[in-house]
Amino acid sequence: MKAISLLRSPAVRDGLGIGVAVGAAGLAFGTAAVAAGLSPAQAVFTSAFMFTGASQFALIGVVAGGGDLVAGMLGALLLGARNTLYGLRLADVLGWRGGVRRALAAHGVIDETTAATLAQPDRASARLAFTTTFVVLGASWVVTTLVGALATRRVSDIDAWGLDAVGPAIFLALLWPRLREGGARARLIAGLGAGLALAATPVLPPGVPVLLAASAALIALIGPESPAAETADDTEEVRS
Amino acid sequence: MTLWIALIATAVGCYLLKYAGLAAPRRLLDNVWLRRFATAVPLALLAALIAVEALRGEGQTLAWDTARMGGVGAAVAALALRAPFLVVVLVAAGVTAGLRALGL
Repeated sequence: MKAISLLRSPAVRDGLGIGVAVGAAGLAFGTAAVAAGLSPAQAVFTSAFMFTGASQFALIGVVAGGGDLVAGMLGALLLGARNTLYGLRLADVLGWRGGVRRALAAHGVIDETTAATLAQPDRASARLAFTTTFVVLGASWVVTTLVGALATRRVSDIDAWGLDAVGPAIFLALLWPRLREGGARARLIAGLGAGLALAATPVLPPGVPVLLAASAALIALIGPESPAAETADDTEEVRS
Repeated sequence: MTLWIALIATAVGCYLLKYAGLAAPRRLLDNVWLRRFATAVPLALLAALIAVEALRGEGQTLAWDTARMGGVGAAVAALALRAPFLVVVLVAAGVTAGLRALGL
């Protein structure tokens, strides 16, 4: 009985739904990683221990382009820095002060777990949603990465499957809710970032143009704060 | 080997960034400049990644690949129709593969 009522709770249901849907994107990561030159072991290691999708795709994008690894690492870390903001929010919501539990939970602080956790009405269901999403998403992300990585070795022509469009599509899906909620200033920052990166691509080593684009974020410091900008990072991406 | 070191270092860095948020003093959240900049960085980075990967050519050149751009356009359409994450990704790959099969 207890298991059934647990499965019916919105906190668990949200976690399962998000976990399954996003874990499937692990297939795309596994294939893209091996196509970029990672071994299946390296792809699975990345999904298990880096465990933050946008950073992972950004890093293998640089590897695929034969770019400077240090630039790729910095780009991945800059993208991963948004998890710091999520952590700041989640610390109060989850209220886990203890050392080991907090250290374990930290690994699971990503877009999707934050979205699921912040959607809950109270601390008990927030903890339940966080844990369910973390566990389900983590398991399916790692397993599907392995499946994708092994499948790629048997597929001779990656491009024929349209997999080169998967990376941009994933970044688009992450950017979309931020653009919709962030207003004109968000579109300006995004447009300038894209423009800077494109202009720099022919003259700077792969990975560096994307780093340079981060300077477009300085526009956010000019003038009054746009009212929507504060909520724009509130992780709607999975459910939107 | 170099690749392994890069992967491990980045994984450690990503973990420390996550942990820093959970363990940081609350007053950091109150710094308006830090928050405004940090909220804006993903916007610029994600847009840059989309542009660079969509228009990636040989080496450091930019190139227009009609099939790939068709897939990216289809992803935009799917997002405008509020399709879920997985559908957006599948549509992008499917349209690109379809256009390539047609010889574009």
